[in-house]
Amino acid sequence: MIDRRLIQNFDWRLLGLTFVLSLMGIMTLYSAVTAGKSNVQDALYLKQIVWYCAGFGVMIISFLFNYKALDRWSILIYGLSILLLVLVLFVGKHVGGSKRWLMVGPFSFQPSEFAKLAVIIVLARYYSKTANIKGLSIGGLLTPFLLSIVPFILIMLQPDLGTAMLIFLIAASMSVFIKIERKAFIYIISTGVIILPMVWFLLKDYQKQRIMTFLNPEHDPLGAGYHIIQSKIAIGSGMISGKGFLKGTQSALSFLPEQHTDFIFSVLAEEWGFIGSLVLILVFFMLITWSLKITHGCRDPFGTILSFGISAMLSWQVVVNTGMAMGLMPVVGVTLPFISYGGSSIITTLASIGILLNISMRRYLFE
Amino acid sequence: MSKFIKSTDSEWFRHRLSGVMYFVTAAFVVIFLRLFYLQVIEGEEFRRLSENNCIRLQRIEYPRGLIFDRNGILLVDNRPSFNLSIVLNDARPVKLTLEKLSQYIGVPAGELASKADCIKGISSYRPVLLKQDIGRNALAAVEAHKYELPGVSIDVQPKRYYLHRNSAAHLIGYLSEISSNELKDKKYLKNKPGDFVGKSGIEKSFENYLIGKRGGRQVEVNVSGQVVRVLENIDAEAGNSIYLTIDQRLQKKAEELLEGKAGAVVAMEPSSGQILAMTSKPSFDPNEFVCGLTHDEWKILISQPNRPMENKAIKGEYPPASTYKIVTSIAALEEKVIDINTSFYCPGYIKYGNREFRCWKKGGHGSVNVVRALAESCDVFFYNVGQRLDIDKLAWYAKACGLGAPTGIGFEQEGAGLIPSAIWKKKRIGTAWSSGETLSAVIGQGYNLVTPIQMLVLISSIANGGKRIKPVVMKRIETPEGRLITESSPEILGNIPISQNTIDIVSKSLWEAVNKNYGTAWGARPGGGIEMSGKTGTAQVFGRKEGDDEKKRVPQHLRPHAWFVAYAPSSDPKIAVSVIVEHGEHGSSTAAPIARELIRSYLNPESENSNNAGVVADYNIVYDEY
Repeated sequence: MIDRRLIQNFDWRLLGLTFVLSLMGIMTLYSAVTAGKSNVQDALYLKQIVWYCAGFGVMIISFLFNYKALDRWSILIYGLSILLLVLVLFVGKHVGGSKRWLMVGPFSFQPSEFAKLAVIIVLARYYSKTANIKGLSIGGLLTPFLLSIVPFILIMLQPDLGTAMLIFLIAASMSVFIKIERKAFIYIISTGVIILPMVWFLLKDYQKQRIMTFLNPEHDPLGAGYHIIQSKIAIGSGMISGKGFLKGTQSALSFLPEQHTDFIFSVLAEEWGFIGSLVLILVFFMLITWSLKITHGCRDPFGTILSFGISAMLSWQVVVNTGMAMGLMPVVGVTLPFISYGGSSIITTLASIGILLNISMRRYLFE
Repeated sequence: MSKFIKSTDSEWFRHRLSGVMYFVTAAFVVIFLRLFYLQVIEGEEFRRLSENNCIRLQRIEYPRGLIFDRNGILLVDNRPSFNLSIVLNDARPVKLTLEKLSQYIGVPAGELASKADCIKGISSYRPVLLKQDIGRNALAAVEAHKYELPGVSIDVQPKRYYLHRNSAAHLIGYLSEISSNELKDKKYLKNKPGDFVGKSGIEKSFENYLIGKRGGRQVEVNVSGQVVRVLENIDAEAGNSIYLTIDQRLQKKAEELLEGKAGAVVAMEPSSGQILAMTSKPSFDPNEFVCGLTHDEWKILISQPNRPMENKAIKGEYPPASTYKIVTSIAALEEKVIDINTSFYCPGYIKYGNREFRCWKKGGHGSVNVVRALAESCDVFFYNVGQRLDIDKLAWYAKACGLGAPTGIGFEQEGAGLIPSAIWKKKRIGTAWSSGETLSAVIGQGYNLVTPIQMLVLISSIANGGKRIKPVVMKRIETPEGRLITESSPEILGNIPISQNTIDIVSKSLWEAVNKNYGTAWGARPGGGIEMSGKTGTAQVFGRKEGDDEKKRVPQHLRPHAWFVAYAPSSDPKIAVSVIVEHGEHGSSTAAPIARELIRSYLNPESENSNNAGVVADYNIVYDEY
């Protein structure tokens, strides 16, 4: 049943990059959770391997069918992800003051991770039907705005600032890619400029304080500011060649917060040094340019926009996560694709890769 | 799908993609440069920092806001507490360090080691509290041998200090370690486990004003834990100062007067609602909570029969007894079931149904009108009124006088009291109201319950010509620098539905109760040119059986509670007072003299010493009304 051309056109390069990143991820995680520790978390990397297996399964499914089916199912996928986001607010598991996880038997997953993909798919459908050379007008932006603000608000309610911001960044990148009319663009910017100070004025003092700490965590030397300096020490102390695998001292002594999720990059940078971090950054760069090349090669609007959305998601996550670990950005919980621990993150990332493979291998097929 | 897109989309999208590529490349160049900066340029410095893991976090505690009385007398201060901490990683060899330390401060090494033993992993880089509040001698010893004690540090933490110990303890409240439930509460978002927060009184209700802002420091330490360099520093900010409405001199006086008794005294300025004194006895010393009570100490404190932890002035609910006759008179006069000329004959008892209701005065009062009846507290007069007055009407007036609901003094939970009505009884007890119960209700017995603060607001509103003023305890709040944040102003809760005529009758009766020789509080008249108006009450705690010998001494816990509510001077009230003495027996002999002394002290502060006669024996009345 499978067309021979599909096998000929299979994107081995993308698959190769994926394998490289997966291996780096498992190794780094292994170090983050075992080095210097005798207890508890050492099962985490085994769990991560299980997640990877499941993720590759999802990836295979994601490229077997024709991605154009996603166009038809987009509303359903989007609706389902909204439903899960609502559900998690009611029956979600409380962890550290937020409700992000849904429990299904022994597994827990984060609907917000899947929501990123759902927003990309639904926006790809919408924009593939409305895009034109003049750019989007205010009216044309209304529907995508509503489509992304709903999951944005639901995720903010959990609260998970990082993922909500990511949804915003992805939706904004896709809209800019589609092109926004100059007039509409000016409207949006000026509305933002007018409304933000008003909102600021209405906020209570303690809310302002919280936003200030968020924007400038060094304001809080005992909380986020401490994490940043520890992360910077970890990265910097790796120097050129690193301390060596399993030799990181910052991570071994648990100086890093969330070192197996949000600050995993610091663990890698400490152990592998500038050379290792550079390799990782380069592989990510290759992955992202390659996915943009897939966008470039796609002849169908839906596939083009879909693959662009996925590229944007991967890029933002890499830039925000590493930027945060290096003290360039506010500390928000954004995972590093392939590397951070977390089943939902791995599965979402690999499903995205599957969709890219799908688009790539069907680039010459036309109905 | 537009035709246009179909034909040229790919080219067009490709064009836009080149812009995207520039953007992505730029972002990665930034990441590259930052990595290069951190790992290659600054790498050595960071390597050095990571080798000893020598970045430490230090908290800087803030001083909690101060509390003053209305005249600026300091009531609650902070004192330094020296806490001994150790960073295990810097204290190697730990055993030797702890042994030396135990010599210098005189604490067994085993006790210190037990605190240090359970520390592992990252915590060995954080200071662990060994002993708080070590005292100045131990402090000097540790400071002198600083260099033999690596990793040992002393930090100064402000601790609460209640200058006047158990004075106004219920009003001011106390601090205690934050509970796990409170930590979940949004109100305590800024708090961390181990923090001390207000648990009662002003300390609790003004928590948000009193707390300051915790500061902190990131410091670099050397191998033996000495600070080499401060990387980041944020100063702590002190909390705001609260000026209470109480007058500490009067407060002390009230406490002296109630010493050795159980009960409450609360006084306020009728025109402004400002509480001048609020005491509840027995009391407790909030200083004892500062370093935490043990479970046993706490258990002892809360299991005492006369409830030292309860603020009886606002939480204690008692039958109002004869003080309630003020309400009954208002209801009867306003409902026009009596007027000033209505007289009833009191033979000392009244027959109603098959029961005999007795007056407190065995021989009876003879023929009395409402003024005499209130002044002499004649029960029979009010039994007669009760037969003409519907219980629901009475309840309506009582509620209009502010009874049966919290006054809104605005700190801590207040008792609401209870004003019974026919509907209430049907709902709660399940049986219909019987008219005999109305006869108990009119003299403030039966189901009625009030708090001393409610009675204070009631007597103040008579003094104010019917205006009910909300009682307040906070006068103003200032920043540590003295900038005004908020100030309380008199708040009118409402008006008692009462005509000027009725006000005149009731205030005349209250005046007669003190200033006529037949009045129940005649023995407690202040003299010295001060005219006081008031009402006594003796609240039964159990039903007195017919034929009981009233003179027989009953055991302490069965003796009635003594009430007195008053204001002075009668013509231009400056102070209103509400006194309850639990099991004090007679309002006239136990409660009224306390109010008198307090009023004297407030209106004539100079004559303080000359008039210190204490409680004068009540020769006029053998036993009081009930």
